[in-house]
Amino acid sequence: MSERAQLLLAIADDELVLGWRDSEWTGIAPFLEEDVAFSSIAQNEIGHARALYELAARDLGTTADELAFDRKPEEYRCAQLVELRLPDWERTIARHYLYEAADADRLGRLKASDDEELAGLAAKIDREEVYHRMHAEMWFDRLKDEPRFTAALEELRPLVDAISDPGLRSGHTPELAELWEVMTEVRRSQPPGTTW
Amino acid sequence: MAIWEVFRQERKGQPFQHAGSVVAPDERFADWYAREQYGRRGESVALWVVPREAVHKIEDFVDELHRNYHRVDGYPLKEKLKEARERAGTTASRDR
Repeated sequence: MSERAQLLLAIADDELVLGWRDSEWTGIAPFLEEDVAFSSIAQNEIGHARALYELAARDLGTTADELAFDRKPEEYRCAQLVELRLPDWERTIARHYLYEAADADRLGRLKASDDEELAGLAAKIDREEVYHRMHAEMWFDRLKDEPRFTAALEELRPLVDAISDPGLRSGHTPELAELWEVMTEVRRSQPPGTTW
Repeated sequence: MAIWEVFRQERKGQPFQHAGSVVAPDERFADWYAREQYGRRGESVALWVVPREAVHKIEDFVDELHRNYHRVDGYPLKEKLKEARERAGTTASRDR
């Protein structure tokens, strides 16, 4: 697999898996406006994943759906940070904050890349990510003196380097396989060759 | 948590109209939520986000002498137009 396809998959898998994890708050976020906001962020991440999968799919002679849903859990290239199931808000926001900062760096590098197609897509994605960062930063400012939030940041911080540098990724958490079961359930329920 | 009233402008030059309200812990959240709920689908070119306390509500409108000519329903134009046309010997424009 080309280096480009590997990189695209690493980022796309991050965005897909984080989008799913964030969407687990739909209906149960701390209050209604935040429920709408966080669900929308989740949806954006999945949209970014789709665009990245489409680029990768062209290089690999497959489709975005096949890349997103037909691989085995161990074939995913996402970082452990996005895999974790975090059913408490302070850890969710800590991950959101750490991820958005690392993602901003990553997008900055992609925007400067010689690969025009990739740079163009990164610029497009970044125009939405601006609002995700704004959202993450206002939550950070709100929670930064809460001990539970600062503890969550410390707990998750060691996992953040692998977001910026896919070379640091090795292995998955058991939570990815559980998520994969849910994420691919509908697709697996249909015989191969079903059109979607 | 406080309430912000959101007004939206659909196209440049048009008046802002009340869109709804958002509940938010502070102004930054209010702006973000307003953008999300009333501006993300191309339905607005601008929003006003106003703390509810900044809105003055007025609901006393005194009219002790019943001067109905101040009111739209106090001045039925239809009847007056009909009379005027009869006097002038012309018919309503839609009949022409």
